[in-house]
Amino acid sequence: MAEVERDSVSGRETTGHEWNGIKELDTPVPRGVLMFLIVTHIWAIVWWFLVPAWPLGTTYTRGFLWTDQRTTVEAQVVEGQQERAAWMARIETEPYNAIMADEALMQTVRHTGRQLFGDNCAACHGRDGKGRANYPDLTDGDWLWGGSPELIEQTLRVGINTAHPDSRIAQMPAFGRDQMLEREQVRSVAAYVYSLTHPDYSTPQNIDRVNAGREVFVTTCATCHGENAAGNLEVGAPNLTDAHWVYGGDLDTIIASVHGGRQGHMPTWDERLTKAEIRTLALYVHDLGAQQP
Amino acid sequence: MIANLTSSERQQAFVLAVGVVLAGGAMTILGRSDTLGVHGAIVMLFAGVVLYLIMSSFYDPEPVEDRESSYYDDPIKAGIVLSMAWAVFGMFMGVWVAAQLAWPDLAFDAAWSSFGRLRPTHTTGVIFGFGGNALIATSFHVVQRTSRARLAGQVSPWFVLLGYNLFCVLAVSGYLLGVTQSKEYAEAEWYADLWLVIVWVTYFVLYLRTIARRKEPHIYVANWYFMAFILVVAILHIVNNLALPVSWGHAKSYTIWPGVQDAMVQWWYGHNAVAFFLTAGFLGMLYYYLPVRAQRPIFSYRLSILSFWGITFFYMWAGSHHLHYTALPHWVQTLGMTFSVMLLVPSWASAGNALLTLNGAWHRVRDDATLRFMMAAAVFYGLSTFEGSFMAIRPVNSLSHYTDWTVGHVHAGALGWVALITFGSLYTLVPALWKRERMYSAALIEVHFWLAIAGTLIYVFAMWNSGIIQGLMWRTYTEDGALAYSFVDSLVAMYPYYIARAFGGLLFLIGAIVGCYNIWMTVRAVPVAAARAADVPVTPVAVPGE
Repeated sequence: MAEVERDSVSGRETTGHEWNGIKELDTPVPRGVLMFLIVTHIWAIVWWFLVPAWPLGTTYTRGFLWTDQRTTVEAQVVEGQQERAAWMARIETEPYNAIMADEALMQTVRHTGRQLFGDNCAACHGRDGKGRANYPDLTDGDWLWGGSPELIEQTLRVGINTAHPDSRIAQMPAFGRDQMLEREQVRSVAAYVYSLTHPDYSTPQNIDRVNAGREVFVTTCATCHGENAAGNLEVGAPNLTDAHWVYGGDLDTIIASVHGGRQGHMPTWDERLTKAEIRTLALYVHDLGAQQP
Repeated sequence: MIANLTSSERQQAFVLAVGVVLAGGAMTILGRSDTLGVHGAIVMLFAGVVLYLIMSSFYDPEPVEDRESSYYDDPIKAGIVLSMAWAVFGMFMGVWVAAQLAWPDLAFDAAWSSFGRLRPTHTTGVIFGFGGNALIATSFHVVQRTSRARLAGQVSPWFVLLGYNLFCVLAVSGYLLGVTQSKEYAEAEWYADLWLVIVWVTYFVLYLRTIARRKEPHIYVANWYFMAFILVVAILHIVNNLALPVSWGHAKSYTIWPGVQDAMVQWWYGHNAVAFFLTAGFLGMLYYYLPVRAQRPIFSYRLSILSFWGITFFYMWAGSHHLHYTALPHWVQTLGMTFSVMLLVPSWASAGNALLTLNGAWHRVRDDATLRFMMAAAVFYGLSTFEGSFMAIRPVNSLSHYTDWTVGHVHAGALGWVALITFGSLYTLVPALWKRERMYSAALIEVHFWLAIAGTLIYVFAMWNSGIIQGLMWRTYTEDGALAYSFVDSLVAMYPYYIARAFGGLLFLIGAIVGCYNIWMTVRAVPVAAARAADVPVTPVAVPGE
């Protein structure tokens, strides 16, 4: 055991212990530490008196403020709902035309709708609503099921190809895989569809195939897509004569679509969003298309 | 490893290794239709290699040295090597998962490399692999030196070290296979947990028996902290991991704790893992290596007592601050918050005690990067304990919780405190243990220091920014009373910070690799010191009187 020594730097004495060369000074606990210790304890004790803190068997000390996080959050929820109540009630009940005529209310729709769209729709359709491969662009004014707020609301509510009893059903059959069409017929009808948007494809070499494809189209595809291939909003059949494609408008993708069919899925939001939220989104999505030509 | 064992100790080691091989065999057979079988095979392989090492020198001549006149340093050397290997693995995993957050395609569409599986390999790799091995190694060193007594066992230190690493291997390989309890920092499943209980209790007994052998009248502060670390981690581990396996042949188990009680037990565990694994254990390290390196006495023995008992008492209550504004009753949250704030003073007392110990040695801090590692560690310890108490206050937590601020806070502690004190301690310990004059390159320690500091600061500042931005975006309302931002908006805002964070982590990883090289070259290339002071236990003749 080492002797008590005086440290030349601090002027303090050591405790007189030594471990493998390590010694300790017998410095008292600095007054500031004790003060700080007292302050934090007083702070804690004050909190214990004010809010729920200590258990007492089956209950606990309630605190003089009589607060509880459960009642606090319930009150905050009610307050938040009241804050939104005025414009939400209007969106829920007023006809779309009236809402769209009210520019102030439409600003609210754009703010709220942007956040709702971001949290619920953007994963597939993109934050800007422009979609991506296999997910439709909602800003191009080209609609599968109709672009009026009423029809968008319907699509949001029941979804496409969902388990909802009123679900929109869009089934593009797998004409090739399910052997409704011959391999050659699939190729020629795809060539015909391709030529609708690519007139220069109808060269003398291809014209026979395109014409053969037209025959197939009229007998097989026109039921849904229409004789002029302009689509049908009633059954969600896309217009094949414009530049907007969900799955891609190149020849290979068209062949793949005719061969394997397409059964796109859009969830039903009936149970997940409130009526006001669905109507806000319907207006927001309609507005997306309207804002961008 | 085997050469220093007597023949009866070799037999003990043999029996233990055979026992583990058989246990692995049983797991393989019972779990043949489950991932448990894969783990059985890993156990057999691990114990088989150990068994091979034992058998290959089983009949070598027995050691002749007088054990009482030397310390038992072989397991410590192995622990240091394992610790640095885990550091590189764990930090690499950290950089990878950080990069995945900025560039999700780096998961390469495989299940094993998805974020959810890699992230616990990072946390387990650095906390338990790097930190745990460093703690075991340094605690074996410190307890012998400050007790002036040899470890109370020849086989058990190896059992503790290797057994612990087997646990880490089972944990990490399990995550990649999808085996997890889904409890943060306690993801390993029931069989690995049971194994760790055996290993950890052995560690505790070994430590107690060594302290009981001490030739010093008093137990040094560092040993208080190491004892608290070992004892409390055992309690935490056992209580939090109480679970029922679905069958003996299945890796999956279900915790016995229901609902919000499970959450409370988990965060009582989680926060005290921070307290007793990442704080108490590393304070033990600091209390030995800092005064040794600074060649200064500890500033205040009385402050050591105050902070030790403050930390051990207050931390136990603080866990519920992880569950503010949840289903946990309000009163439990209040207790967690107030005890977290009261905890600040004892925490700062430790940091202050360390920094004031450097009075009279600041010129060494300036010149010696090893000591500067430990000084910076004490500063980061002070910063992150203040931040922790602050974030535990409910209204602050309502902003910080679930954001990157928490991640930044954890890394201020893990990189700034835990890793820096470990590197400083290892750079002090390695030349002493291998009896070298010095580390291979002081310049490389300097390089490591600045890489580590730069990496930590970049990381922490990035996460502070992104965390506070996130927190504010999530609570911003429009004048119509609706949320202003979607969650995806906040993710987009995080993108630059995620890149900065991955870069900071990369700097830290490079620093650790530099450290590995320096340690390797010290052992390989630095001449043995001729004139190191004798580093031996007190022999019976010289027993000091009280």
